[in-house]
Amino acid sequence: MSDQVTLSDSDAGIITRVEELGYELKISQVMTTNVVTLSPDMHMIDALDLIQKNRISGAPVVQNGEVIGIISTEDLIRSLRDGRIDRKVTDYMTRGLITAKANEKVVEALKTFAKKNVGRLPILDENNKLVGMLTKGDITNGLLTALQRDYQAEELIRYRASHLFEDIESDRTSLILRYRIIKDDFLHGGAASNHIKKALQRLGASRQIARRCGIAVYEAEMNLIIHTTNGGFLRVEIEPHKITMEAYDDGPGIEDVEKALTPGFSTATEQVRNKGFGAGMGLVNIRGCVDEMSIKSSKESGTNLYMTMYLDKTSS
Amino acid sequence: MVTLKTIIETLDLKVLTSPRDFSQIEIHSGYTSDLLSCVMTGAQPDGVWVTLIANINIVAVASLLEVPAIIITENAQPDEATIARANQEEIVLLSTPHGNYHIVGMLWQLGIKDTN
Repeated sequence: MSDQVTLSDSDAGIITRVEELGYELKISQVMTTNVVTLSPDMHMIDALDLIQKNRISGAPVVQNGEVIGIISTEDLIRSLRDGRIDRKVTDYMTRGLITAKANEKVVEALKTFAKKNVGRLPILDENNKLVGMLTKGDITNGLLTALQRDYQAEELIRYRASHLFEDIESDRTSLILRYRIIKDDFLHGGAASNHIKKALQRLGASRQIARRCGIAVYEAEMNLIIHTTNGGFLRVEIEPHKITMEAYDDGPGIEDVEKALTPGFSTATEQVRNKGFGAGMGLVNIRGCVDEMSIKSSKESGTNLYMTMYLDKTSS
Repeated sequence: MVTLKTIIETLDLKVLTSPRDFSQIEIHSGYTSDLLSCVMTGAQPDGVWVTLIANINIVAVASLLEVPAIIITENAQPDEATIARANQEEIVLLSTPHGNYHIVGMLWQLGIKDTN
């Protein structure tokens, strides 16, 4: 595992993406193609010159396009120690080569590096001709470049999303998100709010605005899960200057809206309280988060909760 | 500022979610409550939340609030779905046999005194 040290730092999110990229990228995309090669009739002194001049740590020995061996710095040191720098590279080169194919995935090369004690791999095409060299450094660079491309792509999506409203001309442009919330579905409780918050961030809302809307709509979502007869719907309308969030259900209605707005007042059952809900702070929280809140409720038509957040140009 | 790595080591917490480089996660504040609505208003982004609740709803709350880590006290055990969701949302779940009071005391001693 110590061979993979270049890839095992940083946070888990990046690691996961790096692993994915290892399976996506081909060796041909990260290898060095501008390869310095040695010919079999060269001497170790020529190899030393070439390796030093090109600041590399080894070079393949090629005969008629085929790799017959590899000279690494270690081989050079051996010949220097023997005082035989005048010998042919074929006397000191490492044979029995470990190679990889250009069209294989990067992860295969990583496995080889981890298993075999080699610092570089000659990369061959389908006809076993040398087309490049690969070091662990090349892989790291390739992965980092790919990550950077990912990041730029994400930035571009974000940019496009946040300029969505500017690009479209109409008398009134808005984007509407709708979510069906199922009664007693605690397992997915908060999923819709999370989607809404992420959508707002994508559209360029500030962290503060996205957080406040997220909290308000979460409380509304949990109210639909906990207190309704048949669940309900969340509807979020995003306009350039405001966000309107609406939660509606068909019953049983709030008996006394004033009372429901009292901090600490709750009708939640013991079972629901045990899950951490029922603090009697839901509507209070919502009122604290959004700019405007209103409730319409009746036994006949259920409850409609309206929440509005205004976006001024500076904070959005 | 204290890293999550220091907190895990000093408080001897068990990591329930996938291992990560906890030295990269900085904790700036702390909050404790077992009532989700209170957490909604009280817990700050980049803070640690100490709670006895171990059900899946804590992940949704932490994710919304951008709370990177939850310390679940008194050996309360979240189920597999909760742990899986936490991994997905990149929220670290930590476990301890101690109660909220003890853990908050330890965090305070580590110098985490901000509530916002």
